[in-house]
Amino acid sequence: MSVKQNTANDFPGQIHENPGGGIVLSKLDDIINWARSNSLWPLTFATSCCGIEYMAVAGAKYDFSRFGFEVARATPRQADVIIIAGTIVNKMAPVLKRLYDQMADPKYVIAMGACAISGGPFFYNTYSVVKGADHVIPVDVYVAGCPPRPEALLHALISLQNKIKAGMTREQIRTDKD
Amino acid sequence: MYRETQIIKETSPGIVGETGEFTINVGPQHPATHGVLHLVITLSGETIMKVEPHLGYIHRSIEKMCESLTYRQFIYVTSRMDYLSSHINNHACALCVEKGMQIEVPERAKVIRVLMDELTRIASHELWWGAMAMDLGAFTPFFHAFRERESINEIMEETCGARLTMNYNVPGGVMQDLHPDFQRKVKEFLKLYKSKIHEYDELVTGNIIFQNRMKGVGILSAKDAISYGCSGPTARGSAVSSDIRKVYPYGIYDKLEFDEVLETGCDSFARYMVRIREMQQSIRIIEQLIDNIPEGDFQAKTKAVLKLPKGEFYTKVETARGELGVYIVSEGGTTPYRIKFRSPGFSNLSVLDHIARGSKIGDLVAMMGTLDLVIPDIDR
Repeated sequence: MSVKQNTANDFPGQIHENPGGGIVLSKLDDIINWARSNSLWPLTFATSCCGIEYMAVAGAKYDFSRFGFEVARATPRQADVIIIAGTIVNKMAPVLKRLYDQMADPKYVIAMGACAISGGPFFYNTYSVVKGADHVIPVDVYVAGCPPRPEALLHALISLQNKIKAGMTREQIRTDKD
Repeated sequence: MYRETQIIKETSPGIVGETGEFTINVGPQHPATHGVLHLVITLSGETIMKVEPHLGYIHRSIEKMCESLTYRQFIYVTSRMDYLSSHINNHACALCVEKGMQIEVPERAKVIRVLMDELTRIASHELWWGAMAMDLGAFTPFFHAFRERESINEIMEETCGARLTMNYNVPGGVMQDLHPDFQRKVKEFLKLYKSKIHEYDELVTGNIIFQNRMKGVGILSAKDAISYGCSGPTARGSAVSSDIRKVYPYGIYDKLEFDEVLETGCDSFARYMVRIREMQQSIRIIEQLIDNIPEGDFQAKTKAVLKLPKGEFYTKVETARGELGVYIVSEGGTTPYRIKFRSPGFSNLSVLDHIARGSKIGDLVAMMGTLDLVIPDIDR
């Protein structure tokens, strides 16, 4: 009987191979997180420039469907992850909050680009820009850039997957406490 | 600070009055609005009675910001206005500052600017084509469009340092010289583009389902196009000659051979054809220039601190969406006293209510697609 320890990206747990079958030893939470991390449906939420790079990531050259993100949903009720691509202004902030509230648990947030992180180029001398989307909803992963390169967004998506596998997103930590 | 806006509460869906008319909201978050546009649509059955656009969901107060930035700095913010033709935005602002300062731009810089303008225009129309086809339910064109668009982005990145928001123009010329590979890369792109352009027609233009959805939909007469202040492909689809490159030439456009694309159909399909044919005119311009880039400086020598003389300055250029005007009021200081942008999207959006009335709700997306709206350009 051999015992195989898998790497982080593979199935979590130990597989004990027996003649005529096998036994898997794992934690249920780990399996759920592993399954969730590999099928994340993003919400098509793009307010400005970063949305174009988001579309580039959906295109054939960068292709986020390699990591299980290609099912972009137009309704928040079917989405798992909201990628805030662009500036959030005061008038948009309640809408963003409402979209986040409408998403089913567990839900994750990526702040894409300087505007969603901190207001970016619109930090000084404006009266209407929210200085960072995390003033409105909690953010799990931040991607820097104005706009970020597609590779940077891909890295963020993979970081989010790793975070989910480790059970370290804000949503998961909050539910563990309950 | 972040209160629920009154408009959303007031326009919650429901039947209004005894006529059976009811209102629905499209947006602010809706994939077909290409950003964050909020449309309140009054319907009677399936027929559109009224379309009321609500703006401001991406109002970033760019005009106000520009008042506190110097004449060198404010150009960068305008890249984020109409991000699909960001180079052309920068071009307009640089032209306005140069007009005020009376800076003579070197010939090489003028050629580089026009080359980049046309590459930007193709990239913008490509994205429009892919996104519009996706709105109508075809997903494949999106991948075809991005295949060509990525090679333009690569060219931009090599020379300008950024894929999307280029910030390549400075008052007096361009920021740095062309990348040594620029000409080779552009020629490769032209070759690639020409070998693929027939796919566009085969996939979408000639498609009978597509034509049925576009022809005779969203009629905009030439008279209305003028009275609403439409410009760019939206106006030229109604045979209104409005190409700033032809009517009020700037840069080196008066020395170039290209046609102003006009269509007489006045419907969504005419506006679609204008953009498809415009891409080929842009290719024509690039082909004329790519082997004839003059030697010399890429930037005129300017003072470190620019101070525009007291007065008012206005320039306009043709972006991928229409006429972009930049109006600077100067009090003689290092920052503008007031800046106003006349953005093409705002006027083009205002016509939506007019062309949508009386048609079916399913056609609204086709009409919005051919207006080619970029919402941050409208809200600024």
